Amino acid sequence: MRKSSWFNIGSVALGLAFLYLPIVILVIYSFNGSRLVTVWGGWSIRWYAELLNDRAMLESAWVTLRIALLSATAATLLGTLAAIALVRFGRFRGRTLFSGMIYAPLVMPEVITGLSLLLLFVAIDIDRGFWTITIAHTTLTACFVTVVVQSRLLTFDTSLEEAAMDLGCPPLRTFLTVTLPLIAPALASGWMLAFTLSLDDLVIASFTTGPGATTLPIRIYSQIRLGVKPEINAICSIMIAIVATGIAAASLLTKFHDIGRDSVGALAVK
Amino acid sequence: MGNAGASNDQGRRNTRRTFAPWSDSAARALVRFDGVSKRFAGIAAVEGVSLDIFAGEFFALLGPSGCGKTTLLRLLAGFETPDQGRILLDGEDIARVPPYRRPVNMMFQSYALFPHLTVEGNVAFGLKQEALPKSEIAARVEEMLALVRLESFAKRKPHQLSGGQRQRVALARSLVKRPRVLLLDEPLAALDKKLRGETQFELMQLQEKLGLTFIIVTHDQQEAMTVADRIGVMDHGRLIQVATPTEIYERPNSRWVADFIGDINLIEGRVVDAGASGTGIASTAAGQLRGLACPGATPGDTVWVALRPEKIRIGREPPSTAGENCVTGQVENIAYLGDLSIYKVRLDTGSVLKAAVANVTRLVERPFDWDDRVWLTWAPEAAMVLTR
Amino acid sequence: MAATVNEGGARNRSWGARLVVLVPYLWLIVFFLVPFLIVLKISLSHTAIAQPPYTPVFDPAAGWEGLKAFVAALSFENYAFIASDWLYLASYLKSLEIAACSTVLLLLIGFPLAYGIARAPRRWQPALFVLVVLPFWTSFLIRIYAWVNILQRDGLLNQVLLALRIVDEPPAWLSTDTAVYIGIVYSYLPFMVLPIYATLEKMDETLIEAAADLGCPWWKAFWLVTLPLSLPGVIAGAVLCFIPIVGEFVIPDLLGSSQTLMIGQTLWTEFFANKDWPVASAVAVVLLCLLVVPLAFYQQMQARYTSGGR
Repeated sequence: MRKSSWFNIGSVALGLAFLYLPIVILVIYSFNGSRLVTVWGGWSIRWYAELLNDRAMLESAWVTLRIALLSATAATLLGTLAAIALVRFGRFRGRTLFSGMIYAPLVMPEVITGLSLLLLFVAIDIDRGFWTITIAHTTLTACFVTVVVQSRLLTFDTSLEEAAMDLGCPPLRTFLTVTLPLIAPALASGWMLAFTLSLDDLVIASFTTGPGATTLPIRIYSQIRLGVKPEINAICSIMIAIVATGIAAASLLTKFHDIGRDSVGALAVK
Repeated sequence: MGNAGASNDQGRRNTRRTFAPWSDSAARALVRFDGVSKRFAGIAAVEGVSLDIFAGEFFALLGPSGCGKTTLLRLLAGFETPDQGRILLDGEDIARVPPYRRPVNMMFQSYALFPHLTVEGNVAFGLKQEALPKSEIAARVEEMLALVRLESFAKRKPHQLSGGQRQRVALARSLVKRPRVLLLDEPLAALDKKLRGETQFELMQLQEKLGLTFIIVTHDQQEAMTVADRIGVMDHGRLIQVATPTEIYERPNSRWVADFIGDINLIEGRVVDAGASGTGIASTAAGQLRGLACPGATPGDTVWVALRPEKIRIGREPPSTAGENCVTGQVENIAYLGDLSIYKVRLDTGSVLKAAVANVTRLVERPFDWDDRVWLTWAPEAAMVLTR
Repeated sequence: MAATVNEGGARNRSWGARLVVLVPYLWLIVFFLVPFLIVLKISLSHTAIAQPPYTPVFDPAAGWEGLKAFVAALSFENYAFIASDWLYLASYLKSLEIAACSTVLLLLIGFPLAYGIARAPRRWQPALFVLVVLPFWTSFLIRIYAWVNILQRDGLLNQVLLALRIVDEPPAWLSTDTAVYIGIVYSYLPFMVLPIYATLEKMDETLIEAAADLGCPWWKAFWLVTLPLSLPGVIAGAVLCFIPIVGEFVIPDLLGSSQTLMIGQTLWTEFFANKDWPVASAVAVVLLCLLVVPLAFYQQMQARYTSGGR
């Protein structure tokens, strides 16, 4: 089977190179001393320095961060409840609609969900801005959290819960002292997923934003339309660094690969 | 053991010998199943089971996979609710009581040890739910760990223990609350043969020492025969026979039980005469036979003679004693099992009988060989007569 | 929490258990389902220079008469408008075309990648897996922007091509369909790789050995055994990619040309540039209708996966 193993190694290497090359190039260029892409002006951090002076950019970063933190936490709460309902509650009235509403946002084109949420906010006459974006992000990312947590719950050994109840622990306390600690990595993973998705979202944020709530992706996007600028490379590199550190930390601390595989693998028919 | 130990042993042995509350009509059962049925998706897992289990008993539920024995256990533990019937503990109906309020504890087949707690934490878990003072919890945990000989492992986590050690933690955890009844769901299935044997005796000693009631579920008949005071044999959700190991082996109530426990030869025949001293049967496979008395058998009925292989004597000549059953045939196969040899003999009538002979001599001196013509003999008292 | 282990019956539910279902349920109804209904309603309305920029606006205070007037004012004119204008039809077709082709491309690239990882030594698989997933966790926008960087006229790709003398003049990569395909494949690769990998990883390796034992050369074993067994993962990946790609906005906007728009861009323009909310809503509804079949298929897949809980 020699032939296939060379093919395997080759395809994996090529695939990974394809995935990482653009990012690596971006990061390298963020240190490019020259403004022009064609010229290499030596290593420099001037763009990072200029970033620090860019008030608007920093403002956007702060807004984006707050929205991401809030929506990720709310999404984890909602998503976990939904996962519990789906895995443990068997058939209940309205289950089909419920699971339909959970899984649809995962694939629905964001322009549709963004538009629909905006129209809702207009119809009930809410001022758009920070909170509408947060609500929108919570709604979308909760579904991702559900998939991750559900995947973990399905492989959870329920005999542990039975053992706890057998030893005198009522159901709620069993969940808090036995189940929760053991599915905590999945919850953390779901939180991080929700955080990243919120941090990164452009389309839905654009629809549901309002004055004073320009998120970083919105700002970056509007600047990109005006042309490639090195400052953008810098801010992008910083964001990559933050997320990469977070992922590295997470995979060291938890069984990340299992959760990751379960989360998206959960979307495959077994 | 000193003299005191000897007399203790003697005392224990004597009480053990006379321990038979099920035959005492005045005794009240600790656990009673009353016509209990449970269905899953239309298929009956447990069907009309009525059973009394007494305090201090070591009771075994035995049966093949899927016979409903685990379901019955889980009904008692509270993880399932019966569709029909009642479950009484000390005379009280506990069907409405959730598992965390029943004075019943279970030892799970997979042990179900909490991976995020230490051995100490696992054993203390049940006591913490009772809101006992910390000092008392610590004392009882220590006592229990000493009982199962795991004192030095108190701070370890489950994944750092061997299979046998984990099993003892599970046992300690379920015993520390001093339950009225301890349920054991195939507790020894994951252990190797030697360890299993040792643990069986440990369990028996523990049960006697603590004076608790144990209900064990197993598919291993040897295990059931070893540990249990009484065995309940189940098949397809129904309780077939409930009796002591001796009775189950020597007096099975049906061909199914006779076949399930140990090895058996079954010879179909028709009753010729039935009396208090014995039964006469005419069979195509083995001619005229005499067996034990079979109450309820009338001449002309179809019955089965059930014969344990070890009760058959095998010889080159026909028996000299009169009144014994005998047939002749050719040795078709010999299975050498070390301690026994099992001879498969094809009779002249065409049927096959199995005879088990202890290997009192070494192999080279084996008395019978393939294709030898032999005579099989057995006493009428050795042959059980079954009507179903 | 349910008082006893689930049996599908609601009789044992405590109020706590009901809350567990109700909270997310209500949230989703309010913030997911109701908005769709509103989109539907708006798609039947007219544009207006007002705030909000559509009429009729439903006024609960107007009572029954108001409701009747409201319903009377709804019309399908927006749909008629979409059907008549070639721009929209072209956008829908373009989107479906790009989505279909991208999905095929993703399969061709993603399957070998997934297969390679699944056949890699067990020790490496977690690391490889993290490597594939990692880009997915970094910003989507950034990654597309990275390609803008590379593909622009004086960008890195052309620099390399010129240096290697493969071309004489730097070709224009941006604002082409090619760039859009590159961007889509790049962004959605993890979505294709992961389901396929998940399915392949679970495959019993001894099946291949059995096939070999029965006389199959490696390519035949692959065709007859591996491929059919990987089909669930392949279908999952295809569905997971196809549906969102149809409605893509960022990638065609940054990498594609302004001549041929995908439907996501059309919707965006309609909404933000033309401020024509009713038409934008109608575009969204039609898009949803186009996706109904793959969406239903997707929901079926999910239902089978969780199969009613236990």
